[in-house]
Amino acid sequence: MNDRVGPTVSRPYDHHDSRVAASGDRITEPPLDFIGWLRWFWRQLTSMRTALLLLLLLAMAAVPGSLVPQRTADPNGVTQYFADNPDLASALDKVQAFDVYSSVWFSAIYLLLFVSLIGCVIPRTRHHLRALRAKPPKTPARLGRLAGFTTRDAPAGTDAAAAIDSARSLLRFGGYRVALFESGSEVSISAERGFLRESGNLLFHLALIGILIVGGFGSGFGFSGQRVLVEGQTFVNTLLAYDSFKPGRFFDEERLDPYTLALDSFDVEYETLNLKAYGQPVDYTAGVTVAVQGKTARTDEVKVNAPLRVAGTDVFLLGNGYAPTITVRDPKGNIAFTDSVPFLPQDANLTSLGVVKVPDGLAQQLGLTGFFYPTQAKAQSGAYFSSFPDLEYPMLTLNVYAGGLGLDAGVPASVYALNTDKMTQLTGGDTGTKSLELKPGQTQELPNGLGTVTFENADSGATDGDFSGSVLRFASFDVNNDPAQGWVLLFSVLALLGLLTSLFVPRRRIWVKAIRRENGSVCLEYAGLARGDDPALEAAVFTLAKRHNAVLAPTPPSTQTTEPI
Amino acid sequence: MNLNELSILSLYSAMGVYAFSFIAFSIDLARRSSAVDAAQCQAPLVAESHRSTAAGAGGGTTTLTRISARIAYDAATPYSHSASLRVGVSLIVLAWALHLAATVLRGIAANRVPWANMYEFAMMGTLLIVAVFLIVLTRADLRFLGTFVTGLVLILLGVAVLRFYVEVAPLPPALQSVWLVIHVFVASLGTGFFALGFALSTVQLVQFRQESLLTDAMEVRLRFLATLPSAATLENLAYRVNIIGFILWTFTLMAGSIWAERAWGRYWGWDTKEVWTFIIWVVYAGYIHARATRGWRGSRSAWLAIVGFAAVLFNFGVVNVFFKGLHSYSGL
Ligand code: HEM
Repeated sequence: MNDRVGPTVSRPYDHHDSRVAASGDRITEPPLDFIGWLRWFWRQLTSMRTALLLLLLLAMAAVPGSLVPQRTADPNGVTQYFADNPDLASALDKVQAFDVYSSVWFSAIYLLLFVSLIGCVIPRTRHHLRALRAKPPKTPARLGRLAGFTTRDAPAGTDAAAAIDSARSLLRFGGYRVALFESGSEVSISAERGFLRESGNLLFHLALIGILIVGGFGSGFGFSGQRVLVEGQTFVNTLLAYDSFKPGRFFDEERLDPYTLALDSFDVEYETLNLKAYGQPVDYTAGVTVAVQGKTARTDEVKVNAPLRVAGTDVFLLGNGYAPTITVRDPKGNIAFTDSVPFLPQDANLTSLGVVKVPDGLAQQLGLTGFFYPTQAKAQSGAYFSSFPDLEYPMLTLNVYAGGLGLDAGVPASVYALNTDKMTQLTGGDTGTKSLELKPGQTQELPNGLGTVTFENADSGATDGDFSGSVLRFASFDVNNDPAQGWVLLFSVLALLGLLTSLFVPRRRIWVKAIRRENGSVCLEYAGLARGDDPALEAAVFTLAKRHNAVLAPTPPSTQTTEPI
Repeated sequence: MNLNELSILSLYSAMGVYAFSFIAFSIDLARRSSAVDAAQCQAPLVAESHRSTAAGAGGGTTTLTRISARIAYDAATPYSHSASLRVGVSLIVLAWALHLAATVLRGIAANRVPWANMYEFAMMGTLLIVAVFLIVLTRADLRFLGTFVTGLVLILLGVAVLRFYVEVAPLPPALQSVWLVIHVFVASLGTGFFALGFALSTVQLVQFRQESLLTDAMEVRLRFLATLPSAATLENLAYRVNIIGFILWTFTLMAGSIWAERAWGRYWGWDTKEVWTFIIWVVYAGYIHARATRGWRGSRSAWLAIVGFAAVLFNFGVVNVFFKGLHSYSGL
């Protein structure tokens, strides 16, 4: 069918709707000269079959990244994987299995896909722009084999040209572009609609290219940093103030706007009414004060799912926990260390693990590792655990290590881990000395007369037995800046709009032909052709035929008076 | 009895009625086979007429009109009504009403949208699968899929009740977002369309095999197939349904990214759940391309639709429960 009517859409040669080339077989073999070979290669790369193959490859290549932990999404998982299966892990690492989505092979697939896409879309766009200005194609000689073919006898006395004229108005009204053709005893109208379909399809594919470019390169200008703040602490948005910082490839430090952000309070609400969900957090609110340079400070809130947008960055609330305030004094009572130390939550009831390092001020360097239980309870085995995440009956247990902390080795050490290689354990474990146990406000002697350690009560004015404010909380924030994401959103919306138009706007041609018979009567023929999936085509042809006949034979029929002179 | 218990009771009743509906639809399939036998006695040349129908459908000259009009059956053996078919439809509507009540009651009991953990996803997702089926029934006569739909829904609800059940709990802060409402709902609706598309593509494959057997004048076992539309018609229907699913899925992907940006500070991070949502999207994009690629129309593209829906089920049933990631909301 297409051969006769001629496609007006440039499609890859193996599109089901495109003409089967007369020399169809020749093109599947590469010619020998270089240019010819290049052309053959390009044609293969931009074919539908290649696009399909690459799409399916892309889907398959994405699978392993969900089976094996990924460095970007789950770095701890990767470390764990290496610890659990060292041999398998190093083999997997060789094929970039822990960095699937930035691996050579994954990138190769999607880059090829996008080269294919560009190679396919550019000629189609050019063709489409030309087709927008072209006239609908000539009416085929025989309509009989086309979709919805219908014939009607025009009411007696109808003039062929006038009949076609009224068909033309009907089609124009229906949004068709029309062209008139005349040959011998036949007058016909060729109508076409639905260019939006191809426009939508092109918009969709172009927007995909847009998303890849903007998302891939644009995010390189941004950064993402993490910072833990204890209630009462302030953070200045400078490179040094971050606990960890990941700049994009093209990141420029000048772009950091040194605003300050203070965590005034951190409030958590726990479920206490519904016993089936007792202790489940229902709300986290970080009350903050933000001061952008040159402006007055303002108070605001950061919540999960409700980031704070400030000075081009977005501040997200990602985690929280307790930060017991711990003071260590030497035997004379001079303070060697005092700080609120964030303890990392280990379970839903916030049993938390933390480390204190006291490098100076005592006879020996001192390391403390300990557990904090917001509501301490004792298991049958004698082990402690936390039975509720809020501060009902807080308890801090500490193990003491003395010796070299290894801080001056020049190796960056995590504040959350204690390297005990060069240290002697003084309490807990096999030492025979009980671990130190402290409630807020209590002080205990360190072993070997090293000094004392105090678990400060943050709410000094609290009545006896009320611990609700005794320990400060910390919040961990992510500060992000991605200048490209607005663009990614824009292209995504364009892609969706393109998709909707391309899948739902029918593209079709309709022909109406009036044939003058020898005896003066006129026979009308109607037929259509779908360009792409168009389940409504035949109904459209039938409706047109019906409407047209209604126009030609107005009721009541009065052939004499309507006869044009 | 509190509202949640009432919801559970309603869900169990719905499952009971779905089971009876399944039986009624199965009896109908059996009736279809005997109707075909009867027709064959009268007209020994069914195979011949069938072949021509199938060929006609491929050429696009069938009377396949708007989906909103009832699809004209181009079945070899016309078959329209049986009492069991009507009973099956009435029962599935009744079961759906109970199912809806169960879902709404659960939402009222929890004082939030009833789709925040696996049990609730399963309940709401299956509700939408049946809803999509019932809506499509008003536009095209796909009642022959009744056994499939009720069977699938029964299995999924059975797993939900036995394995995924959790007590009503408030939303954790990470899920308190309008995007939960939008993203999860649209994903479930998309799943409803994909489920129907999967069914149609499966029947299309079987029908295609049957048509090839008939052209080769071979013995056919699943005789009721002769009362169903031709493979070509089924393919067109499957395509219509699947592209609606695809659009909804595209929206799911985008809404999910917007939510991820608001909650975690990045719109895309290759989290396991994001990976599988992407894989499903790409597979269905492949399906749409396959339909437009010479040599891939018909059975090959149907296989892609089937792989796509298998990935949807995998994403729901396996990734949520067994894979580690940020989306740990199964509630288990
Ligand atoms: C990045 C990968 C791609 C994706 C995700 C993708 C996705 C899609 C989708 C969803 C459709 C159907 C919606 C529409 O008609 O607008 C489509 C159609 C189409 N795509 Fe792609 N595409 C990709 C790459 C390509 C490439 C490389 C080519 C060129 C060979 C191509 C050629 C086409 C054509 C010709 C259609 C129209 C199909 C028809 O006539 O029904 N696409 N694509």
